[in-house]
Amino acid sequence: MGLLLFVLVLSIFLGFELISKVPSQLHTPLMSGSNAISGITIVGALIASGIEGQDQLAVILGTLAVATATVNVVGGYLVTDRMLGFFKSKDKDSK
Amino acid sequence: MSTALIDLSYVIASILFIFGLKRLGKAETARQGNLISAIGMFLAIVATLLSKEVVNFQWIAVGIVAGTIVGIIAARSVQMTSMPEMVALLNGLGGISSLLVGWAEYHAGHEITAFTAVAIYLAVLIGGVTFTGSLLAYGKLSEKISGAPMLFPGQQLVNGLIVIAIVVCGVLFAMDPLGGQNYFFAAVGASFIFGILAVAPIGGADMPVVISLLNSYSGLAACAAGFIILNNVLIVAGALVGASGIILTQIMCKAMNRSLSNVLFSGFGAAGGSKSASYQGEAKPISAEDAFLILENASSVVFVPGYGMAVAQAQHVVRELGDLLAENGCDVRYAIHPVAGRMPGHMNVLLAEANVPYEQLVEPEDVNPTMETVDVTVVIGANDVVNPAAREDKSSPLYGMPIINVDKAKTCIVLKRSMKPGFAGVDNPLFFGENTRMLFGDAKASISSLVAEFKG
Repeated sequence: MGLLLFVLVLSIFLGFELISKVPSQLHTPLMSGSNAISGITIVGALIASGIEGQDQLAVILGTLAVATATVNVVGGYLVTDRMLGFFKSKDKDSK
Repeated sequence: MSTALIDLSYVIASILFIFGLKRLGKAETARQGNLISAIGMFLAIVATLLSKEVVNFQWIAVGIVAGTIVGIIAARSVQMTSMPEMVALLNGLGGISSLLVGWAEYHAGHEITAFTAVAIYLAVLIGGVTFTGSLLAYGKLSEKISGAPMLFPGQQLVNGLIVIAIVVCGVLFAMDPLGGQNYFFAAVGASFIFGILAVAPIGGADMPVVISLLNSYSGLAACAAGFIILNNVLIVAGALVGASGIILTQIMCKAMNRSLSNVLFSGFGAAGGSKSASYQGEAKPISAEDAFLILENASSVVFVPGYGMAVAQAQHVVRELGDLLAENGCDVRYAIHPVAGRMPGHMNVLLAEANVPYEQLVEPEDVNPTMETVDVTVVIGANDVVNPAAREDKSSPLYGMPIINVDKAKTCIVLKRSMKPGFAGVDNPLFFGENTRMLFGDAKASISSLVAEFKG
């Protein structure tokens, strides 16, 4: 438990360091990209829905959690990629 | 797969998230960064599926297939102007997923320590607030419901009571998790209500702040879920998202010169009677032909887009006009205010979609010092972010907010539907300025006719 809190605090500081200098033109992709990362809760969802000896309610809850987290992950990464595909530099602009 | 290997995979996944986020922060490497972080996610999912704990796969398969189909369709079909709604919805889904994980773990839990109970409670609470808050934000952004702040008397008191109830339920639940079922479900209900109450008083133009904040919450909910299942990758990834959301929230607040509590609680822009004195003067309308003549003779032009450009879907014609001006030997730039639009960076995405190279996009700090040398500024559907009252009028609610000084250019052309004030309900003296010319009408139609003039 102490170790987990340690990891938490370090990660928050790391997050501040990583993000604080991002240019404003990248704010939307940053947001949708980090939003996709928050879909990591899917790990918890997989365990909840796949663990042995579940009753019906637990299976329903777990499956719903897997489905919603998957939309978050797949939708988040794909839409971020699509968006970043639009960002072009003048030099590379073939048009 | 052995536990050690699975743990190692989680460590690698965490590292990939960190590198991915770092690369996501630079224009040249952003796309690659997103891919790296996606690989990290894939690795974490595969490792979990291979762990000994997971034995039943049929329902997992159902959930993953259903979620993937919905995710692909949504990501492919969403319009770039609707990105704020999309992000709000995805935030909400992440939130509800953490809530469901918390619930499932509680339901399955045999021996729940006080520590786990607190983690479950937090995951459910933050997840629930994120879920309903995001759904309401989605409704406001997509204009399925009114974007105006919703205020009722005693709102602060009600919020305060709910917070107290949540804390009391939490303490009682942690003391006796198994017997505390009622407290658990009370917390689920309270979190749903609180999410709605928290977003309801916040108006449309403050949405960049709310989305950033909800983004942060969805990360924190995942973090709490990590404490339930004692998994570091959830804690690292959740904390990274939580931190990034908070930073974006701060940047947005700074760009509006307001504190976070002011944004969250004041119902800014609600119909209040005591607005500053309205400005006297006469607006000078011009025709598209006259606007064309001004632009044709300009050697430097700065476009200032706002939410109106997104509503009119005018980004492609704006770029066309910008290209024609550039061919005409004019220096073309696009000045983007951090809170223009409905989410951080909204305007940048739209202009990028329309193929505007990002070198032409400039921030207010960069363009303001050179404003006196600019021949023409073209304001497209922006209002409050170019309101000189923010600079000059101490009685204005906008006073102190950093703006783009479009009024200091030699000529300022404002594209607008009507003389209505902006979201904040504050009159804009810019419209009556010496150098200002008003080009009334739909932004897309106006720009299109300018383009036609250039081509004709």
